[in-house]
Amino acid sequence: MRAAGALIAIALALALQTTLARFVVGGSTPIDLVLVAVVYVALTSGATSGMLAGSVAGLIQDALASPIIGVGGLAKSIVGFAVGAIGQQFIVTAAIPRLLVFMAATGAHAVLFQGLYVALGLRTFTSPWAAVATQALGNTVVGMVAFAAVESFPGVMERRRMTRRPKV
Amino acid sequence: MALLDIRQRVGWLFMTVTVVHLVLISAQVTSKRGVPLLQEAIFGSMAEVQRVATGGIGGVRSAWQNYVNLRQIGQENDALKQRVSQLEVALQRERALAEQTRVLQQALDLKTETPFATTAARVIASGASPDFRTMTLDKGSSQGFATDMAVLAPEGIVGRVILPTPRAAKVQLIIDRNAAAAGLVERSRAQGVVVGTGNDRMRFDYVPGSADLKVGDRVVTSGLDGIYPKGFVIGQIESVERSAGEFSNVLIRPAVNLSALETVLVVTSASEVPKADRATAP
Repeated sequence: MRAAGALIAIALALALQTTLARFVVGGSTPIDLVLVAVVYVALTSGATSGMLAGSVAGLIQDALASPIIGVGGLAKSIVGFAVGAIGQQFIVTAAIPRLLVFMAATGAHAVLFQGLYVALGLRTFTSPWAAVATQALGNTVVGMVAFAAVESFPGVMERRRMTRRPKV
Repeated sequence: MALLDIRQRVGWLFMTVTVVHLVLISAQVTSKRGVPLLQEAIFGSMAEVQRVATGGIGGVRSAWQNYVNLRQIGQENDALKQRVSQLEVALQRERALAEQTRVLQQALDLKTETPFATTAARVIASGASPDFRTMTLDKGSSQGFATDMAVLAPEGIVGRVILPTPRAAKVQLIIDRNAAAAGLVERSRAQGVVVGTGNDRMRFDYVPGSADLKVGDRVVTSGLDGIYPKGFVIGQIESVERSAGEFSNVLIRPAVNLSALETVLVVTSASEVPKADRATAP
């Protein structure tokens, strides 16, 4: 059940990233919805699920956009594993710890992803800090909203159920 | 039970996943061939998923709009209101048709004006990663698309085909960090290389210090790169910086709004086609 939820989250993130993101943010997408989904899965399901989700999502993302398959997969696997491990060791249910996790995950992903490309001599990134900072902010906002939406969903449904109950 | 055992050996699993990825990357980096087979197969199959996702989202949106319209019509008992809403819907549909016709007319005009063999294609998805500026077209090698074919829009150049599969093609946009095109200033004929920056602007590099550049100058393709045909608009110079007599940072705003593209033309042959045959080609 949890694996199905993780797959749905990744598929939804990929679909939104490739179809709606460019319209929402005017072409230059400072948000990596797939990374947000991986962090979400890692925080809710643990290190193993986070790593596997990161691996699958990263490989698909690589196949769709990157010249080399595996770089994004590796970066997202490591980030998913690390975030999952942090989620299991520390209490990351409050807003500020989650915010920090999303920002740190985006930063770590950028270091791994861009670092691998630079180390392999495939590409150079000139002054990437502003872009990474913008993406960290965007990912954090989307991630926090996603968490809030998912966590408030059962409460909303319960309230709706209560209001529909016939008055005696 | 087996799954439980795997979950308990997290460290081994992590190492396995990491090694598999590294092997995968190494295999591609050392490869001397143009396009790795694995990448083509995965991209080809995922392009189909993207096609279904785009169709699915369109279907859901259409179904939702139909549902909303149906409810509105059901609630409106007044015949006059019903008539007005019907007319509004009809007007919107006409506007959509007119807009669609305008876009297709622009594409047809460009196709007729372009002296090369071109094929129109629809954009079915944008890049999956914010680090690479790509988009996916609904046609591929079955329609004659091949690597390094130029992609055009009525306003100017869009990019080049980097991965054609039988039913889809991946296009590297001109603003991608790895993209470049030989360009020249239309007014002064000063030459240089237009390089993507990864955001919505491009740099004009390798321009001689003695060149005549002004903000607002139009930059067009020079054709020297062998990919983009000569004379197509790349963009307009937005800012010019000089240091020690040399141009240090010349920024170009793309002519094409790359986030709003629906239909593009792919130059399938660099050889010129008679004008009468251009509009009849697919």
